[in-house]
Amino acid sequence: MSQHTAHIEEHRDDEASKLGMWLFIFTELLLFGGLFLVYSIFRMQYPVEFRECSLELSVTIGAINTVVLLFSSMTVAMSMTAIQKNDMKKALLYIGVTLFCAAIFLVNKYFEWSGKFHHGLYPGSELMTHLDRGHHLYFSLYFFMTGLHALHIIIGMTLLFVCYFKVRKNTIHSQDYVLLENSALYWHLVDLIWIFLFPLMYLIS
Amino acid sequence: MSNVSANSEYVSYLDHQGKYKGIMSWIMATDHKRIALLYMYSIMTFFIIGVVLGIMMKLEMLTPGETIMKAKMYNSVFTLHGILMIFMVVIPGLSAVFGNFFLPIHIGAKDVSFPKLNRFSWWIFVVGSIMAVLSQVLKDGPPDTGWTFYAPYSTTTSSNVIMATAAAFVLGFSSILTGLNFIVTIHQLRAPGMKFFNMPLFPWALYATAWIQLLATPVIGITLLMLIAERAFHIGFFDPALGGDPLLFQHLFWIYSHPAVYVMMLPAMGVITEIIPTFCQRQIYGYKAVAVSSLAIAGVGFLVWGHHMYTSGMSDTARWFFSLLTFIVAVPSAIKVFNWITTMYKGSIDVKPPFLYALAFIFLFIIGGTTGLLLGSVATNVQVHDTAFVVAHFHYIIFGGMGFAFFAAIHYWLPKMYGRMYDFKMANIGLVINFIGFNLLYFPQFVIGIQGMPRRYFDYPAKFQPAQLVSSIGGFILVTGLIIMIYTLVKGARKGAPAPANPWRGSTLEWQIPSPPSVENFDEEPVIKENPYDYK
Repeated sequence: MSQHTAHIEEHRDDEASKLGMWLFIFTELLLFGGLFLVYSIFRMQYPVEFRECSLELSVTIGAINTVVLLFSSMTVAMSMTAIQKNDMKKALLYIGVTLFCAAIFLVNKYFEWSGKFHHGLYPGSELMTHLDRGHHLYFSLYFFMTGLHALHIIIGMTLLFVCYFKVRKNTIHSQDYVLLENSALYWHLVDLIWIFLFPLMYLIS
Repeated sequence: MSNVSANSEYVSYLDHQGKYKGIMSWIMATDHKRIALLYMYSIMTFFIIGVVLGIMMKLEMLTPGETIMKAKMYNSVFTLHGILMIFMVVIPGLSAVFGNFFLPIHIGAKDVSFPKLNRFSWWIFVVGSIMAVLSQVLKDGPPDTGWTFYAPYSTTTSSNVIMATAAAFVLGFSSILTGLNFIVTIHQLRAPGMKFFNMPLFPWALYATAWIQLLATPVIGITLLMLIAERAFHIGFFDPALGGDPLLFQHLFWIYSHPAVYVMMLPAMGVITEIIPTFCQRQIYGYKAVAVSSLAIAGVGFLVWGHHMYTSGMSDTARWFFSLLTFIVAVPSAIKVFNWITTMYKGSIDVKPPFLYALAFIFLFIIGGTTGLLLGSVATNVQVHDTAFVVAHFHYIIFGGMGFAFFAAIHYWLPKMYGRMYDFKMANIGLVINFIGFNLLYFPQFVIGIQGMPRRYFDYPAKFQPAQLVSSIGGFILVTGLIIMIYTLVKGARKGAPAPANPWRGSTLEWQIPSPPSVENFDEEPVIKENPYDYK
C-alpha cells in the first residue's frame, strides 16, 4: 500500500507535461487571436489613421526589442542544451542572459510607454477622448496588446527565475529538466507573439 | 498505513488518511474522486440558488404587472440566474463532477495527469464563484445585462458588470485547465492495451468536450477583458455611441458561447451512452459512429455561432451559411439518438431510475433538438427570435438535456461514489414529478413564444395569463420533485444499504472495482477488454 501511495506522488511523465504546455500555448494563441481579430477589423475601417499613429512609435526601439527578444529565445534554447549536457554553469549563465534580455525589453517598453504618457496618451486620458475614432482605437489597442504582452513577459520571467533557482539547487538537472523545457517553450511563445505585434504596430505602411 | 502490505487491505478513498486531516483533507485533496465530490457539492449549492431565483421569476410571472418585484429587480434576477446556471452549474457540471470521477477509472488510470492542477482548477472555480456572488452585493448594484453581457448596454449600465465579467473570466480559466488536464490524461494515461477505440464512450465525449473548453474559452476570456477595458477607459470597441461595433461583441461572444453549449451537451450525451447499454445489457449500437459523432459535434459546433445573430444584422450569405451549418451539426446529434434507441431493440431492459432518467433525457432532448432546428432556419427564427420560444428551447436542451443527464448520472453512479444505494421507489416518484413539472413549466413557453411573448420581460398582456399560470404551477411541481430527488439521494448516500461493486451489471471498468473505489482505483492491474460493452 505504502509503495503504491509513494508511487502516485512520484509519478512523473515529462511527455504529459510537455503536451500540457503545448495545449496551454494554444489557449494563449487564441487569447491573442481575439485581439488580432479586433485589430484587423478596425485597421480595415481606419487604414489611414492607423498608419498615422504607427508613425508616432519609434521603430528603432521596437526593432531593438525585437532583436533582444529573438536573442533571448536563442539563449534560453542554449540553456536547454547546456542542461542536457549537464553543464550547470553554462545553463545558469544562459538563463541569466535570457532574464537580462527580458529586463532590457521591459525597460525599453517602460520608456516607450512613459513617453506616450508624457504626451498625455494613456488609456482613459483626457487627450485620448478627444482623439478621433481611428487614432483612439489604435492607441487603445496599442496599450492593450503590448500591455497584455508585457504581462506575459513578466509571467515568463517568473518561470525562468524559478528555473534559475531550481538549477542552482540542482532540482533541475540533466535527468529532469521538463520545467525548464516548458518555461523555454513559453518564452518562445512570448517571443512569437511579439514577432506579430511588432509589424502590426510599428511597421504599417 | 505504512505497515499494511500491498493488496491485503482495501481502504476506500472516503476513509483514506493522507497528509491532511479533517476539512483540509478535502481542500488540499489531489485525488480526482475527492475533487469530483467537491465540485459536486459546490455545483449543487449554486444549482439550488439558481432554482430559487428561477422560482422567484415564476412567482413574478404569475400575474400581469408587478407581482412580487419591480422590473429592475427582475432584470437582476434573470441575470444572476443565467450567470449561476451557465458558468457555475452547467458548463463545469458533468465534466468536472463525473468526468473527474470516472474519466481516470474508465481508462484504467490511477488519477488524472496533473492532480495538483486539478485541485488548482477547483480553487479558482471557487474564487470565480465568490467573485460572481460579490458582483451581486457590491455597492453599484447587481448586474442587469443578462448572462450574455451584450454591448452596448453592458458598457453603459451603472451596475456592477466589471466584477461579474471578471468572475466569468476566472471561471473560464478553471474550465480551460480542466479541459487541458483531460486531454493530456486521455493521451497519456490510458491503461496498457487500451487504444482510443477501446475506450468507453463517456471518455470520448469528454475528450471532444475538453477540446472545446480549451480552444473556445480563451476567446470569451479576451472578449470579457476588452469589455472591462471598454468600461474602464471608454475605448469604443463595442459601444456605438463611441463609434464602436456592438456586432463585434456579439460575434466574439458567440464564438465561445455557442461551442459552450456543446461543453454542456457532449458529456450529457456521454452519460446517456453509458447508461443505455448497461440497462439493456446490450452492446451499444454503432460504437464508432457514436464516438466520432462527438468529435463531429465539437468540430462543426465551432462554426455555427452566427445563428444567434440572424436578426442582429448579417449579410444574407452569412445567414444562409450559418443556417446550413446549423442543420449539419444536428446530424451527429441525431445519429446518437438513433443509436441509443436502436441499442434498446431486443435488449433485456432493466427499468431502474437511471434508465428512466435516460429515457426522460431522450424525450426532452428530442423536443429541444427539433425546436432548435426551427430556430436554426432563418425564416422561422426571425419570427420567434428573443421570445419565450427561445427560452423554452434552451431550457429543454440545457435543463431537460444536461440537467436530466446529470440526474441520470448521479442515480447511475451514486452507489459507486458512496458505496451506498438509494431508495428506488422514492427515486421513481421524484423522477415522475420532475418530468411532469418540467414539461408543464416549459412547454407553455413554446406556445406563448410563438404568439409573441418576448423573453426577459417582467410584464405581459392578459391573454398570456393562462399559459403563464400553467408554467408557474409547473415550476412549483418541478421544485417539489427536485426536493424529493435530492432528499432521496442524500439519504441514500448517508444511510442507504451498502451497494455491491456492480449493482447494475455494468461492463465498464468502474464496475470491476469495489464501491467506493480505493485511493488508487485499481489495486490490481485492470483487465482491458477490446470492447468496453461486451454483454453476452
